[in-house]
Amino acid sequence: MNIIKNRYVYFLISLLVIIPGIIFMGLNWSKTKTGPLPLGIDFRGGSLLEVQFEGTRPSVEEISALYKEFSTTEEAIAEPVIQPLGEDSFAIRSKTMTDETKGRLVTEMETRFGSKVTLLNFTSVSPSIGAEVTRAAGWAILFAAVAILLYIWWAFRSVEHPYRYGTAAILAMLHDVFVVLGTEAILGYFLGWEADALFLTALLTVIGFSVHDTIVVFDRVRENSNTLRRVEYETMVNHSIVQTLDRSITTQLTVMLTLFALVLFGGDSTRHFVLILLVGIFSGTYSSIFNAAPILVVWENHEWQTWFGRKETS
Amino acid sequence: MRNKNIWLVVIFILVAFSLLVDLKKNILIYNPFTDQPLIERDVDVKLGLDLRGGLQALLEADVPVETTVTAEDLLNAKNILQNRANALGVSEVVMQTAGDRRIVAEFPGVTNPEEVVAALKQTALLEFVDMGTTPAEEGSLIQTDFGIENAAATTESGEPIYHTVMTGAGLNTASVTRSQTGEFAISFVLNSDTTNIFAEYTTSHQQQYLAIVLDKLVISTPIIQNPITDGQGQISGNFTQESAQTLAVQLRSGALPIPIKVVESRTVGPTLGEESLRKSVLAGIIGLSVVVLFMGLYYRLPGVIADLALICYAIFTLMLFKLIPVVLTLPGIAGFILSVGMAVDANVLIFERLKEELRHGRNLRQAIDLAWSRAWPSIRDSNTSTLITCLILFLFGNTFGASIVKGFSITLALGVGVSLFTAIIVTRTFLHTVLDRINLADHPRWFGL
Repeated sequence: MNIIKNRYVYFLISLLVIIPGIIFMGLNWSKTKTGPLPLGIDFRGGSLLEVQFEGTRPSVEEISALYKEFSTTEEAIAEPVIQPLGEDSFAIRSKTMTDETKGRLVTEMETRFGSKVTLLNFTSVSPSIGAEVTRAAGWAILFAAVAILLYIWWAFRSVEHPYRYGTAAILAMLHDVFVVLGTEAILGYFLGWEADALFLTALLTVIGFSVHDTIVVFDRVRENSNTLRRVEYETMVNHSIVQTLDRSITTQLTVMLTLFALVLFGGDSTRHFVLILLVGIFSGTYSSIFNAAPILVVWENHEWQTWFGRKETS
Repeated sequence: MRNKNIWLVVIFILVAFSLLVDLKKNILIYNPFTDQPLIERDVDVKLGLDLRGGLQALLEADVPVETTVTAEDLLNAKNILQNRANALGVSEVVMQTAGDRRIVAEFPGVTNPEEVVAALKQTALLEFVDMGTTPAEEGSLIQTDFGIENAAATTESGEPIYHTVMTGAGLNTASVTRSQTGEFAISFVLNSDTTNIFAEYTTSHQQQYLAIVLDKLVISTPIIQNPITDGQGQISGNFTQESAQTLAVQLRSGALPIPIKVVESRTVGPTLGEESLRKSVLAGIIGLSVVVLFMGLYYRLPGVIADLALICYAIFTLMLFKLIPVVLTLPGIAGFILSVGMAVDANVLIFERLKEELRHGRNLRQAIDLAWSRAWPSIRDSNTSTLITCLILFLFGNTFGASIVKGFSITLALGVGVSLFTAIIVTRTFLHTVLDRINLADHPRWFGL
């Protein structure tokens, strides 16, 4: 099996997956004017109220009218986004409101619609903290990337050009980050999914797993570069990928099995989270085999010198 | 593997101890000589608010961003809030400072969050404000420069900003007294630090007005007749016995060193929490069973042994969760399930290597030792990178009071740590123990060859 030979085909596949995601990020941006992903209240601030009605569920218009009545200049909660949940519940998103307003709102729902109302979930985040968390999340990802880059550089210090391994692992990681962000952008565009704190957790897990997978492949390259000194670099890297292929597939299978169990039985609150994990972890395995290791070969051959039709100098 | 028997004993003791912890809700061991309890520990599983229902509020110091909040002030505010919450009769309240200006407050099982939040938010910020030579009207709202450095003399809309001489944090005690005319008043004693400040101020500002302001509301504006050097004073105003009593209590237990506001609040109803818990536990059990089945079928004998190690892994991790204790949240359980995947990965790495070495014609014992030693660097490096991610996630979650992220990173990191032990030590010890009892040459298929 020669994976390295077809490296540009695999790079192309990656691009074909990433580009639509980037397009949808742009579409989201022009639609919401706030950023590439529809952000949940964890990041942009606001309130989410999930209530269950024991009797008949009121109409969306009735709820909307109620919110309008409760809206004040300090708490402009008019025009909420109301989403029916199952048969008897609503998820209502609005601008930030206090617990006190929520209390009055729920009591009013009970009297007006003549039904016992069960509070399932109420989250309220002020816009300032939302913005701060978004910024910090960006930093957290950047810090994680730098820390991992430095660690790999150090762990591969026994081979030639150890920084290449770190950089290639980070590039493969960025690939996975873009696949995940793109998936979220597409789902956000069509299904209205919002990126929340759980999405951030999923993204960071994917980063961890992606590097985990890449290191396993690179470890083989590290080992083989000591034992197979006479073999050409390209062949040696390909050999390393093939040797670790069984393991990559098996691990991928077991992780997928657990995640499928979570998707099927884990309930609504984590489904979004687990779906993103599934996509990201699949991408993580793909990128470690078809991106990270081939990048080492591209770098070794300095192939970019021929990318734009110039003659090879070496 | 030379220390096989020692490891077998260690693993056996660990499993026995873990099972003891896992199956009990609390541990009580009596001292056999005195009949007194020797060790008493509650080891029930701690569930997060998303699984049991309750209120989580993120509180922030309500002072301008440029103003630094000292760690001491934040800690004191936390303790006062804790007292207030306990006074409400809510059990198992947890309050923790997060970063340098926030406090996370968790109220399990609370169904009336609006009342709890309202009670907490009563800042009762008492200020002694320099009014100069003009008294302020009682009951009026004024602006003060507390928490603002280099404040201007007036606000943008032209209201004057007065200087705060000291706050209620400088109070030692406060109690209700009656003046000679029979009016209710509150007498207070300052603590030693502020006594001097107050003495100096009252000496240099005689015959000027000093307003006593509660939450920016003027309560009274006495004129400074004589310097107060002994740190004792009185607040008079139009108090009834009841209002004087309330204020005295607020000043004693509730004079927050810094004003606070609620920046984030999450309430999960008990029904949703229960359902989430039931579903995640079911998903966890099914996920684990599927992996166990898969490993057994795919890797045969080593797979079955890895399954035993995986069960040990689950038993150990649960024990650690209960002993430390780790509060289990929804993302925490997800982190645990993910770490099962990574635990399996370590064994997969070793077994694939084992197959390779066997194909190269090594005998089984050599192959096993080689498989472990050669798979080790990749297991070490890949898990270290996961731990690095966990550490950064934890710091992020801790600073922002994002307990979702924090819970996930803790369980994942613990899982990675335990999985290293079970995959490396436990699997290997079990495998060698089995090898001592069978003749391998007779059963190559047991190894999937």
